[in-house]
Amino acid sequence: MKMSGAQMVCEAIIAEGVDTVFGYPGGAIMNVYDEIYKQNAFKHILTRHEQAAVHAADGYARATGRVGVAMVTSGPGFTNAVTGLATAYADSVPMVVISGQVPLSLIGTDGFQEVDAVGISRACTKHNYLVRSIEELPRVLKEAFYIARSGRPGPVLVDIPKDITGEIGNFEYPDKVDLPTYKPRYKGNDRQIKKAVEAIVTSKKPILYIGGGTVLSEASELVRELAEVTQIPAVETLMARGVMGASNPLLLGMVGMHGNYSSNMAMSEADLIISLGARFDDRVTGKLSEFAKYADVIHVDIDPANIGKIVDVDYPIVGDIKTVVHRMLPMLREKANPDRYQVWRNILARYDELHPLSYSDSDEVIKPQWVIERLGQLLGEKAVITSDVGQHQMWTAQFYPFDRPRQWINSGGLGTMGYGFPAAIGAQVGVGDEKIVVNITGDGSILMNVQELVTAAENNIPVINVILNNHFLGMVRQWQTFFYDKRYSETDLSFQPNWKLLAEACGGKGFDVESKEQFDKALQDAIDAKKVAFINVAVDRFENVLPMVPAGGALYNMMLEHKDK
Amino acid sequence: MDRVRRVISVIVANEAQVLARVSGLFAGRGYNIDSLTVAPIPDSDLSHMTIVTRGSQRVIEQITKQLHKLIPTFKVIEHDEMVEKEMVLIKFPIEEKLADIQALCSAYNGGIVNVGSNMIIVMAADDSKRITHFIEAANRYHPIEIVRSGVVAMER
Repeated sequence: MKMSGAQMVCEAIIAEGVDTVFGYPGGAIMNVYDEIYKQNAFKHILTRHEQAAVHAADGYARATGRVGVAMVTSGPGFTNAVTGLATAYADSVPMVVISGQVPLSLIGTDGFQEVDAVGISRACTKHNYLVRSIEELPRVLKEAFYIARSGRPGPVLVDIPKDITGEIGNFEYPDKVDLPTYKPRYKGNDRQIKKAVEAIVTSKKPILYIGGGTVLSEASELVRELAEVTQIPAVETLMARGVMGASNPLLLGMVGMHGNYSSNMAMSEADLIISLGARFDDRVTGKLSEFAKYADVIHVDIDPANIGKIVDVDYPIVGDIKTVVHRMLPMLREKANPDRYQVWRNILARYDELHPLSYSDSDEVIKPQWVIERLGQLLGEKAVITSDVGQHQMWTAQFYPFDRPRQWINSGGLGTMGYGFPAAIGAQVGVGDEKIVVNITGDGSILMNVQELVTAAENNIPVINVILNNHFLGMVRQWQTFFYDKRYSETDLSFQPNWKLLAEACGGKGFDVESKEQFDKALQDAIDAKKVAFINVAVDRFENVLPMVPAGGALYNMMLEHKDK
Repeated sequence: MDRVRRVISVIVANEAQVLARVSGLFAGRGYNIDSLTVAPIPDSDLSHMTIVTRGSQRVIEQITKQLHKLIPTFKVIEHDEMVEKEMVLIKFPIEEKLADIQALCSAYNGGIVNVGSNMIIVMAADDSKRITHFIEAANRYHPIEIVRSGVVAMER
């Protein structure tokens, strides 16, 4: 069929089953926006900043498992999108970003709003394309979606010069892709799987180390079954919260820098680490030479480059978590003896009794952890939770009772402040209005994409932002307290906007909360209002995230409390 | 950890950006490139890159895997059994002892390739180590310019 390049972009989006696109128009992408105007097969949500458009597509993708799509113009439109691409890349989020580019004839001439988009994004995309002719456009679009969602997912950029979106060509959307150089391996090697099962059966202190790959692979149920069948205890990474379910008796908690005591001790004392879609991030391992000294390692990952990157692996399995666990289960059902790990479970239970995850609540001031716990009690499984980056993010990961995968959405790998609000907008669009979406944020992070109040208000996207307000860049302040002798360099945020007025000025609802009772009421009012809301909660200014493994320290050397000297 | 020298062959799709993807990978992840050569494979839409690098065993393994992860990468060949050759061009003043230079070249699979009014250019093709020796030996004839090609290699 004959059509313009711009129409091809729309047709591809429709063919891929995308119902919502997030974006921001501009000169070089105008042809595509003209076609968007003429169609109603998918919705377009106009964010108020390109970065937010990409984060929204990212949140949409994480909440639904579908490919998120964002659209931006050339030059500054694209450079604003880079943080969004890097965020999605770090957390392996399936996403296609379409950017306009100056016409082919202008490329390389330093034209108006020209920037080398593929050059800049090479290091923060799974793959990228600069489209060079109308003939290749349908194939490139098809490949982009395929690459984004297959194997280890990731963002793909398609940069399209303006003359190509304006040109007429023949459109036939390919049924499948033909990429002889790209063949992700899903199945896992038979012999390695058997050997790994043997290692599990003969181990005494095994631990399931569950990462974000489990969420991406939709393997949560199977992983729960694996734990159930073998009675092997489990720890989750920041990215995997929800996979095991908060009430699962085999779940010890979160592992790593702000992991709980029993989880970190389990990793330190295990004789076998069964890593499922985790990548031994430095925030998990702590000091490498002291990490898991007694353990053999089974590493299941769809990305071969993750295996053996940080730690030596005894049982490497390249494959999809869901497929591999599915194949392990019958063997384990037959061979595993749950009683074998009873002593080990007892040891870990004892560790948990010794130093449970806790905080001291107060009647004088609201503790940030209380807010999270309260949200958990009131909303529990019903809500999708996003967060920004910092103390509030860690407290949420520690204290919110996540019950299912895709319930918890945060920028774990890149740690992007300003991610939470637009991601919540995208998540809300993805899951629909019957689910409550709450962005737990800080008074620092929220301002980094605060303009999205307007987007949410305009589109009736009732995201609730709970601002844990300590008038500080809290996490940096915490490090200054611990490691920089309390020199609070540029972290005091005492000067603040009027949050309630700010939200209301943009068409949302604002609530100031200074007591626990007020919080409950504000939350209920915000839910009832069905409008984007800020709940500004004044919390203890100097609360710290604990336990903490200081950067570069051994995982078993946790700071359990902080005594002011 | 011991740093080893490794010759890696990478077969990639012959398309735009592919060299930038490979060199960017080395730059971004802090890997060394001693030399890199690239040319199309005849009668195909592929190119052959030969990269000489150094690093610990873990780093070499990561390089191989990261290269393979690039979407246009078809194949990565990294092992001990590589036949490798390198070429060098050297320019000498015409006043130098041409017979001696000619003899030196033939010892390294080379010869005189161009003569001008005031200079001669010679070439040699051999193992990298022997090319280094050749250059050392050639130094006594006051070379004006030396250009090494980088290594090309083939699996045995």
